[in-house]
Amino acid sequence: MTATPLVEMRDIRVAFGGLQAVDGVSVDLYPGEVVAIVGGNGAGKSTLMHALAGAHAADSGQILVNGAPVTIANPRDARSQGVEVIYQRLALADNVDAAANVFLGRELRTRTGALDDAAMASATRDVMKRLNPRFTNLTTPVRSLSGGQRQSVAIARAVHFNAKILIMDEPTAALGPAETAQVRELISQLKAEGIGIFLISHDIHDVFDLADRIAVMLQGRLVGVVNRREVTKDEVLAMIILGAAPAGDPRA
Amino acid sequence: MNTTAPTTTAAPARRRSWRSVVASAEIDTRQTGMVVALLAIWIVFHLLTDGGFLTSRNLWNLSVQSASIAIMATGMVLIIVSRNIDLSVGSLLGFLGYVMAVLQAHWIPDIFGFGFDRPLTWLATLVVGVLLGAAIGAVQGAVVAYGGVPAFIVTLGGFLVWRGLIFRMGQQGKTISPLDSNFQLLGGGPDGSLGATRSWILGALGCGGVVLSVWLSRRRRRRYDLAARPMALDAGLAALACAAIVAGVGLVAVGYESPIDGTPTGVANPVVILVLVTLAVTYLARRRRFGRYVYAIGGNPEAAELGGINTRRTVMMTFVLMGVLCGVAGAVQTARLNAAVTNLGIQNELDVISAAVIGGTSFAGGIGTIAGAVLGAVIMQSLRSGMVLLRIDSPSQDIVVGVVLVTAVGIDAALRAGRRRTVVATLVVGLVVAALIIQTGRQ
Repeated sequence: MTATPLVEMRDIRVAFGGLQAVDGVSVDLYPGEVVAIVGGNGAGKSTLMHALAGAHAADSGQILVNGAPVTIANPRDARSQGVEVIYQRLALADNVDAAANVFLGRELRTRTGALDDAAMASATRDVMKRLNPRFTNLTTPVRSLSGGQRQSVAIARAVHFNAKILIMDEPTAALGPAETAQVRELISQLKAEGIGIFLISHDIHDVFDLADRIAVMLQGRLVGVVNRREVTKDEVLAMIILGAAPAGDPRA
Repeated sequence: MNTTAPTTTAAPARRRSWRSVVASAEIDTRQTGMVVALLAIWIVFHLLTDGGFLTSRNLWNLSVQSASIAIMATGMVLIIVSRNIDLSVGSLLGFLGYVMAVLQAHWIPDIFGFGFDRPLTWLATLVVGVLLGAAIGAVQGAVVAYGGVPAFIVTLGGFLVWRGLIFRMGQQGKTISPLDSNFQLLGGGPDGSLGATRSWILGALGCGGVVLSVWLSRRRRRRYDLAARPMALDAGLAALACAAIVAGVGLVAVGYESPIDGTPTGVANPVVILVLVTLAVTYLARRRRFGRYVYAIGGNPEAAELGGINTRRTVMMTFVLMGVLCGVAGAVQTARLNAAVTNLGIQNELDVISAAVIGGTSFAGGIGTIAGAVLGAVIMQSLRSGMVLLRIDSPSQDIVVGVVLVTAVGIDAALRAGRRRTVVATLVVGLVVAALIIQTGRQ
């Protein structure tokens, strides 16, 4: 991989009070690549990704998108850089419908500035045709949808706005087997379109099925980044639990 | 916005198809239920009063008496939907009303030297009152949204501050009267109504508006190839709405003959103002980004923030809107009294919050409709008005309204949880207690 990385995060630090949640972590991501961020609870995976998503700005460090340094202080900054996030459960407003959620914060409007609900419903339906053809429930509050359908809504949001960089936080945690398979298929599809994906996951099987590279974190530090084809699951588990980098890893 | 949780157990086919019709019609079942409750209350009082309730005169008075609370309730819905509360509205209304009265009766004539009862005094007064309301709302809203002080505390402070200021301005209880003669028309006094012709024009505009909005909505959905409601259903609903408008104008507004000269009174100005406010706030809530954001914040504040919504500004703007509506309602109430008194608006905050809550607004946030809150205000006023006709003393009226408030919210909660037996039990207990109090409170 000699091309410019899509994203480069350099020496990112985030502290909550006295706790150093992310301590000098550097990772990168190339187009069409899935990089899994793994680690136990409190390892700092989500905090690291929140810094890229603008949900919680980093205290120090540098973020480069396509080789250019950028400032990401809030979710709007992140979106303007093509960063979209699929949160595990946080990011849907339960009381409004799928279209309103897909366009939340970026509503389509008519010439008079009023919400163009019909246009939003129509665009949502078109995205859904691609993602989840069985999804037809565009006008009921998303509260009444299943976990998989809700996840479809979250993914539709990212897809509709042409994400370049996608952060998926435990995308299959709340889903059944069939829906998980669907999300996996979708990830391959997005990869093929050249989108770079950071995948936060607890599930080592998910990680080995989907990721190209695996970044392991422990207690806020980066243990190492390994190529999925060059390691075994046991080696990765050892990194997660013990912080033991496998022999020959240049980054450890 | 609202749906009741459907039970997915095997229901008879006939009922399921009925449900699917309701679902495709996107009829708000909760609001339909409230209309039914209101009609039931009217019929019961009509029977109890031997035909004294459903008269042009009583319904006309009811419409005027509901207006001020309903105007404020439309704004309270958005505040509660975004998980806040405003306890200051009664004091703020009183303060704004008092300022407007002093302005037109003393400051404009004496200090600025324009004289009393000039043609534009009413407009200048109203504009000042509304702008001052917006400014005070902005201050309270900013402290809530940017200062991080809970709305309950901020507006509890406002509740004391604005009432205290009235007394300071009024030198311990001075009443300001009389007011500008044009300003008085805002209150719906003897001349403050539209009369027959203009009432019918308003009614015609209303019917035209209903038909136009249904047609526009159908056209828009067709353009994007979305499923539209069955034509017959849309036509039926539009016809029903028009029938209600015609009945309201014909039987109530024009049907009520002025006690002074016997001519048809027409729609009272406060009611006209209420209709305009309801349309405007509904438009804000449903068709503008502001409203969408208010509901999104109420549904999931984190999601709203992560969606890039400026949640603080949105919350502040709900308080600005509330301040504006307090100004409007304050004008209506002072104009109606033809005086500003220091206790104007006392306990109005409780009536306004009750109207919003009876109208289906949920304190959990994210749920509530503007039309529902207006209905809630009318339901409350109907109870009070009916009990006055039955000569029930004022303390008993308060007890009944309190019981109804808790019963309504209890039924709503049970409906949402799908517990039908609890719904019935709550309804029965509420009705029995209310009936008991009405029976024992008769004088």
